[in-house]
Amino acid sequence: MSLDIPQIQDATSEARRQIEICNACRYCEGYCSVFPAITRERAFGDGDITQLANLCHNCRGCYYACQYTEPHEFALNLPAALAEVRVESWARFAWPGRFARVFQQNGVALALALALSIAALFWALTALRPESGQGFYAFLSHAAMVAIFVPAFVFPFAVIAIGLKRYWREAGGTAITMAHLKSAFGDAARMKNLSGGAADGCNFEKTDRYSHARRHAHHAVMYGFLLCLASTSSGTVLHYVFDMPAPYGLFSLPKLLGIPGGFLLTIGAASLAWLKIKADPSLGAPSVWGGEMAFVFLLGATGATGLALYAATGTALVSPLLALHLGTVLAFFLTTPYSKMVHGFYRLAALVRDAQLRG
Amino acid sequence: MRDLSKTIWDVIVVGGGNAGLCAAIEAAETGARVLILDSAPKAYRGGNSRHTRNFRCMHRGPLSVLTGAYEKDEYFDDLIRVTKGKTDETLARMTIAASEECLPWMEAHGVAFQKSLSGTLSLSRTNAFFLGGGKALVNAYYNTAEDLGVTTRYEAEVTHIVVEDGAFTGLDAIIDGTPSRIEGRAVVIASGGFQADLDWLADAWGSSARNFLIRGTPYNRGVVLRDMLDQGAESVGDPTQCHAVAIDGRSPKFDGGIVTRLDCVPFSIVVNKDGDRFYDEGEDVWPKRYAIWGRLVAGQPEQVAFSVIDAKSIDKFMPSVYPPETANTIDGLAQKLGISGTKLRETVDAFNAACRPGNFMPTELDGLATDGLTPPKTNWARPITDPPFYGYSLRPGVTFTYLGLKVDETARVSGPGGPLANVWAAGEIMAGSILGEGYLAGFGMTIGTVFGRIAGQEAAAHVA
Repeated sequence: MSLDIPQIQDATSEARRQIEICNACRYCEGYCSVFPAITRERAFGDGDITQLANLCHNCRGCYYACQYTEPHEFALNLPAALAEVRVESWARFAWPGRFARVFQQNGVALALALALSIAALFWALTALRPESGQGFYAFLSHAAMVAIFVPAFVFPFAVIAIGLKRYWREAGGTAITMAHLKSAFGDAARMKNLSGGAADGCNFEKTDRYSHARRHAHHAVMYGFLLCLASTSSGTVLHYVFDMPAPYGLFSLPKLLGIPGGFLLTIGAASLAWLKIKADPSLGAPSVWGGEMAFVFLLGATGATGLALYAATGTALVSPLLALHLGTVLAFFLTTPYSKMVHGFYRLAALVRDAQLRG
Repeated sequence: MRDLSKTIWDVIVVGGGNAGLCAAIEAAETGARVLILDSAPKAYRGGNSRHTRNFRCMHRGPLSVLTGAYEKDEYFDDLIRVTKGKTDETLARMTIAASEECLPWMEAHGVAFQKSLSGTLSLSRTNAFFLGGGKALVNAYYNTAEDLGVTTRYEAEVTHIVVEDGAFTGLDAIIDGTPSRIEGRAVVIASGGFQADLDWLADAWGSSARNFLIRGTPYNRGVVLRDMLDQGAESVGDPTQCHAVAIDGRSPKFDGGIVTRLDCVPFSIVVNKDGDRFYDEGEDVWPKRYAIWGRLVAGQPEQVAFSVIDAKSIDKFMPSVYPPETANTIDGLAQKLGISGTKLRETVDAFNAACRPGNFMPTELDGLATDGLTPPKTNWARPITDPPFYGYSLRPGVTFTYLGLKVDETARVSGPGGPLANVWAAGEIMAGSILGEGYLAGFGMTIGTVFGRIAGQEAAAHVA
């Protein structure tokens, strides 16, 4: 029997204890979607707690407004209680289970994965160097890149799909409609649950003062990441559909999407890391602080190395920078199902489920 | 840390709750050097304002989160109804009129509002709810005060206000355990009531008051109120009375706040320690009756009572903070509640026999009354027959005390020789001037905001 099971139960029981107090108070209803979801119920099963935990965006408004935080005997710290349930749930849903917490919790493991990926790319660049080719393909053929990255891209999504299916069952989800998706993607796109509702932002790096810094930094990372993804996708389309292989000029779709995306991703990740250093770790799940921080750096590094690679065009640095960039991207994708990156998928699922429950 | 006694402060504010903060902000905005002394540690700052949730506000049309209109006369009529006329009409009308411009002022000084909470729809027109509740409001005001250069010291208990020849010159306080004298040119006393001093409460009410629970801060011990009364300050309000409501008997002795409420009474029968009913549980809707139940329970043996329902009613009221005692038989429930099973069964049987058929409507007076029972239950009387049976213990929970300092329209305190030159009071410590009896939801915050602002402005004008 796994030693983790009692801990999982404890996190859920503690969150349930706190949520039942919240449900008798209800002062925080205006902050985010968690509290209206609480007030819809009288009793909370394990699946309800998992759903609430993934709906919580850790804006911390409720903690600083709470009249029952320590030293009060009720000892409420809902952001922390839900964070613990959340990280437990991601570990529980992950497949295969043995990797569950490795990268979520452990920054060193994530760094090791990064180093190994980069080393693998250096090896690939040396061993598989093509006879000819243009741009990056002069260092690693298009076929070799596809051979490495298609599986690295497909694998995490397959694993996450397994996790999401498990999540959906536990949260009691039903058939999804367009209206549910529209609501969930709308909330995610605006990061509504970090807005603080009527308050001017959330309480993260400035304790009980409100600030939009985290929401903006997260937006920069999220949209930067999506732009980078769109850049790669547009390159794929140009290559296969229009027979226009790389390299692409500055005024091509991949570059127009990728360069701003790279900047947003890099700057956003740096901001998130800085905010995380300033925020109180005891309002999150302290056990995963290191893993989360390493993940933020990894995200920032994918952007920064991409930009560096572009800046180095035509110089001798292209080969090592290409290994660095592709290695970073490879590490990012391979660890995705077991790193903080999964939060995006589970939160989206929680937002969809919340849209269903709101009816 | 800065030695507070080395400065002659323009305005010293005693008590860092809503009223004190409003006074400090108003005074600091004129450029005055302001010091707030709060007896609580930082985690418990804000006095009873920490536990509040809304602000009753007059408005002639939709205002911020408030719907419709709530005109002066309707507001005043509501006040007259709850106080049974025990109010100072001039001060009351002034407070009501001033409340309208307070709301935008509060927003401008960092307070965020939200629509009325679920289960409080009846207040959406009259009361503006603080996003996150009173502690969020207190945090916002402390941040605003800090930005304005106000100095705040926590764990600073004021023990004596020095008044010489009708004027304040300084005060004695214990700060970090050390007695010190701090000089100032004006003082605003906003240190709340005395409900956390159980000895004082027992003197006023009788020894049974020791069994009362105090819903708010343990730091409102009335030290400054007593000091001012001893110095001959004019007082107002009934010294023997406190506002008490029936709350969950398992609540903490202090600081249980909002979650300790129990809304099950109208759907239940309530028995005392002897298993006897003693009052009509269905007299009116709960928001209009919870306050009298504090007194009713206080009058029972050992100041405790038990509310008993069955499975039909468990989801008809707001969830409780503690789960109810639960049993499949009335005897079993009585055992868990610590009362006689035989007696409780007799009481339940007599009640059930007196119930009549009819339409049960939980949200309105449904007239579903008992027949031939003493005391009767005049609404929502459904037989208690469906297991599991649930029981909650009830105790009186003190919200605030009425005795306070008498103030005039400028929030000025009077001594034996007439108005004091530079002493103002705001908040719970002077609320008895306007609220002589009963309570109107959100009105305490209105009094605190209106008089806190006036006191701050007056004190600042005095030292300008």
